[in-house]
Amino acid sequence: MTTTGSPLPAPHSAIGIDFTLNGEPVSLSVSAAERLLDTLRERLRLTGTKEGCGEGECGSCTVWLDGLPVCACLVPSYQVRGRRVDTVEGVAPTRLAPYLASGATQCGACTPGVVMTAEWIRRHPTLLATHTVRELMAGNLCRCTGYDGIVNGIAAALDADRERA
Amino acid sequence: MSIVIPDTRAEALARLADDQTLIPVAGGTDLLVHWPARVDDHDRAYLDLSGLAELRPLRWTADALVLGALTTYWDVVTEPRVAMEFPLLAAAARQVGAIQIQTRGTWAGNLVNASPAADGVLALMAYGAVVVLESRGETEEVPLDEFYTGYRSMRRRPDQLVTAIRVPHGARDVQLFEKVGSRGAQAIAKVGVAAARSAAGWRVVAASVAPTVRRCPALERLLAAGTPIRGPDDLLPALDQDVAPIDDLRSTAAYRRATMARVLYHGLRGVVDSVR
Ligand SMILES: Cc1cc2nc3c(=O)[nH]c(=O)nc-3n(C[C@@H](O)[C@@H](O)[C@H](O)COP(=O)(O)OP(=O)(O)OC[C@H]3O[C@@H](n4cnc5c(N)ncnc54)[C@H](O)[C@@H]3O)c2cc1C
Ligand code: FES
Ligand code: FES
Repeated sequence: MTTTGSPLPAPHSAIGIDFTLNGEPVSLSVSAAERLLDTLRERLRLTGTKEGCGEGECGSCTVWLDGLPVCACLVPSYQVRGRRVDTVEGVAPTRLAPYLASGATQCGACTPGVVMTAEWIRRHPTLLATHTVRELMAGNLCRCTGYDGIVNGIAAALDADRERA
Repeated sequence: MSIVIPDTRAEALARLADDQTLIPVAGGTDLLVHWPARVDDHDRAYLDLSGLAELRPLRWTADALVLGALTTYWDVVTEPRVAMEFPLLAAAARQVGAIQIQTRGTWAGNLVNASPAADGVLALMAYGAVVVLESRGETEEVPLDEFYTGYRSMRRRPDQLVTAIRVPHGARDVQLFEKVGSRGAQAIAKVGVAAARSAAGWRVVAASVAPTVRRCPALERLLAAGTPIRGPDDLLPALDQDVAPIDDLRSTAAYRRATMARVLYHGLRGVVDSVR
């Protein structure tokens, strides 16, 4: 039963998408059932982004979508068409020094996700007018550090950024 | 599986009218949970709403705050006017999951997912929100407190999209939102309570204590009558008429009943004259 004038195109089982990944243009065909996490890890071989839980709880798959932290395990790849995606591979290693110095990482499983949320906070320090670092970091679970190392590392990074500014 | 990617809201509604098995996708924070294991869902057909930019912004009209179909929790958290005029919405948004969920999860998705624990629904119902449903060529408005008809069932036809949620302005002299979970973040409510009093009367709403988020008319009557309430136990007879908590993986019926009474009592004590 169709009442529209021209027939609508058939649904796609795979679609071609263009997006910006760590500042570079990317074009590829993704399956309709593909998650951004799998596109990044399996197709583009950017394995920095980790899968912990696959249900949005642990934050180890955190990437930025149009500049905001999201769980790549919950993003269908077709939704990033025309948008900006940033992953941990795009973070300059020199920015990691404060986290290393404070013991923000031990086994490292959570670290790529922690870094992505932490770096988002560093780029938007005005968030701290309404939120604490702990509230902003609550979506990144860590079984090793007890969180103090992470929170202290972010505080040290923010201090250093303020001095430089 | 297959995906339909409409360019406009009109096209989305036309596609849904032609194929009522299409499943709308917004932020995916319900639909994609444990996705690789949900093989049956891979065979279905989906309608991607995420590209419909016109459905994203929240708007202020003379008499309401209007959330778009794609308005996220984070959109609300970062709009200071919401915290001033609708503090329960801001409180609910900040307590959903964590930032990574707040940036993706939508209010409309929360409403249609229809969890009995839904935090967004809890706060919206306390404000008397109205659900705007559109199908091809037709718009319908349903008050949120009449939207649910049973556990995960609702007055939404498969050819309808939620295109907006209207939250009416109005002076409210009491406003309460309390979520009890096993930790502060990333926790689904064991019990949720929201309440608001305006010139039109009380709205008391509860989550995780019935098959749907629901209003509590007996508690509303009790508060409206001004009967002195001297402890949580004084709320129980009314509460038992309103809700029917169960034992499940998150909590027990007994805990939920006792906790709801305490949270409501302590939230209103000293704020409402009759609650001492
Ligand atoms: C880790 C985690 C923590 C969470 N914590 C909480 C919490 O604390 N409190 C809470 O309440 N929720 C919580 N949630 C669930 C919450 O994120 C969702 O309910 C969210 O609001 C759904 O919005 P979405 O846009 O992601 O929906 P989607 O997953 O895209 O869709 C959800 C449902 O709504 C339908 N749908 C979406 N948009 C429309 C529309 N416009 N018209 C018609 N149908 C539509 C879809 O077909 C689907 O059935 C959590 C989820 C995760 C993964
Ligand atoms: S893998 Fe995505 S949040 Fe855990
Ligand atoms: S360092 Fe091991 S989980 Fe965080």
